[in-house]
Amino acid sequence: MPSSAMPAARVRARRTARATTRRTAACAASAALLLAGLTACGEGAQAGDDGGPVKVGLITKTDTNPFFVKMKEGAKKSAEKHDVELSTAAGKFDGDNEGQVTAVENMVAAGVDGIMITPNDSEAIVPALEQARDKGVLVLALDSPTEPKTATDALYATDNHKAGELIGEYAKARMKGKKAKIAMLDLAPGVAVGTLRHDGFLKGYGIKDSDPSVVCSQHTQGDRSKGQTAMENCLQKAPDINVVYTINEPVALGAYKALKSKGRAEDTLIVSVDGGCTGVEAVKSGKIAATSQQYPLVMAEQGVEAVVQHVEKDTDLKGYYDTGVNLITDDAVQGQAAKDSTFGLDRCWG
Amino acid sequence: MSTTTAPAPSKPPSQAAQDPPAWKRFVHTPTAGPVLALLVASTFFSFQSDQFLSGGNLALVIQQIMVVGTLALGQTLIILTAGIDLSCGAIMAFGSIVMAKLAAEGVLPPLVAIAAGIGVCALLGAANGALVTFVKLPPFIVTLGMLNIAFALTHIYSDEQTVTQLPGELTVLGDTFPMGSTDISYGSVLTIVLFLVFAYVLGQTAWGKHVYALGNSPEVARLTGIRTARLRMTIFTVAGVIYGIAALLLVARTGVGDPKAGQTDNLDSITAVVLGGTSLFGGRGLVLGTLLGALIVGVFRNGLQLMGVGSIYQMLITGVLVIAAVAFDQISRRKQRS
Repeated sequence: MPSSAMPAARVRARRTARATTRRTAACAASAALLLAGLTACGEGAQAGDDGGPVKVGLITKTDTNPFFVKMKEGAKKSAEKHDVELSTAAGKFDGDNEGQVTAVENMVAAGVDGIMITPNDSEAIVPALEQARDKGVLVLALDSPTEPKTATDALYATDNHKAGELIGEYAKARMKGKKAKIAMLDLAPGVAVGTLRHDGFLKGYGIKDSDPSVVCSQHTQGDRSKGQTAMENCLQKAPDINVVYTINEPVALGAYKALKSKGRAEDTLIVSVDGGCTGVEAVKSGKIAATSQQYPLVMAEQGVEAVVQHVEKDTDLKGYYDTGVNLITDDAVQGQAAKDSTFGLDRCWG
Repeated sequence: MSTTTAPAPSKPPSQAAQDPPAWKRFVHTPTAGPVLALLVASTFFSFQSDQFLSGGNLALVIQQIMVVGTLALGQTLIILTAGIDLSCGAIMAFGSIVMAKLAAEGVLPPLVAIAAGIGVCALLGAANGALVTFVKLPPFIVTLGMLNIAFALTHIYSDEQTVTQLPGELTVLGDTFPMGSTDISYGSVLTIVLFLVFAYVLGQTAWGKHVYALGNSPEVARLTGIRTARLRMTIFTVAGVIYGIAALLLVARTGVGDPKAGQTDNLDSITAVVLGGTSLFGGRGLVLGTLLGALIVGVFRNGLQLMGVGSIYQMLITGVLVIAAVAFDQISRRKQRS
């Protein structure tokens, strides 16, 4: 076979080579055309006042998380109400900074008046946002701040410290007269949201990190199955845990599963933060005792309104706007304001 | 497309190729599809949005595809040999963190830090090449392993921290210069120059012809006297160097060293290669096609955003385009053969 294949191969190689040259030429020509078009086409797009409808862009961390789906819904609702042209974009995965940078650039090119963004990377997004602001675009952070905070015109977010405090106070009241053994299922090291909720819970409970009643602390990345694993490990370490703080409801439900398989679900108090529909359902069915509900819909609604106000009345924005948080429980304690699960289900997301 | 008169079977192939008119020859090249797709898409978007055809916007598209486009250039070299590289994005991320961190912390002067970053990319590329060539492992498996290794190295070395406060040498490619009324980034120019260089190398040099021969049939290439082992090693290493340049472009574009970058860039680069008409079976395709492929993705992303269409639809359309591109390639080849 080799000896007969050789001449054929030579012919083939020669053909390939010649065809390649021709193709290269055709291709180079079309690339050159494109470049020529590029430079000939003139003036770039300008952001700002062009007399048309107000244009707002919303950039979320991902397209798939129900939290951001709700946020988008709020933006759409508000956009319809105020006759705003809304466009949306998202990172490809949680943490995708470059995708968000690209979205910011494209929205500026589209001539938006304002951009609302939940940054995937609080620091890395800053140069792109600064460029947008230099072109006169109003930039609002939703849900999570940038670093430094001054890189955006304003932040619309939950007071996460307060969200933690509410469930801390609640757990304290429920555990009155009993000796508490607390497990803390946290987010990840160095992430602001996680730290704020964690510290808030401890403050609400009236203890410090070093308190002997905190018998176990684990990072879960906010993931349900990691939450389950963390809880299993905590129960190995301290089988008598009776209070579980969780960073969000998926983790709370993971912890519930671990507790249930040990027969400990009934006598353990799980508290959480978020207010997603699955979470509030779990409050209703008693798996989770209480959760602090946050409102992504409100963040986006207020954001759109702020852009409209800014364009029409040139109002100045500064700093931080609290979008509210409510304690959701069907087993309220005396002296603490709370809403029941029906209220929560009306306003949940997911 | 053109179903007309197939050349008489008795004619020798080289002569037959010279007979049909130029446009017909063009339709049979692997770049016909992408050129057509790009033209149709651009026409469509220019009717949909006033901003689309502005110089500033088109410069922006090129700036947005320079990182994935450059990765896809390295990917093209490997796919031309019937290989595949799943690790390119992760290798780039590691290179970008190495150069960013070394420079930001002042361990090395900025230019040396850049060289070090490109160097580690070349090293990881060479490691891929050695495992494929000498241990004879399939490229898919080797680069799948390397994807995980490079990802882990990135996160270990960066300590999960974004690197900021970079010296100007690392971000200069993100700066722009005015050309007429349009601002063009230096990185865009570098990307296009890289593509032109490799278009020349692959099309006009002996080395380039050897690459195609290796992709067509490694056995035949070896028998015609090409040192295939050394060639394959070189291709993977050169691809690594190109990923290193992509790393520099990435740092320049975002202005930071970002350990989370590049996680979907391996598949995005393969998308660009496939859209550009390069066959995954090797031996057929052009680097300028890859540039067109990357531009198609960029144009759709940008154009749909200008129209206000959500990003999830951009993914939907990219998926349809990839399948359409491969189908187009298969059908046009079957027509050619019959």
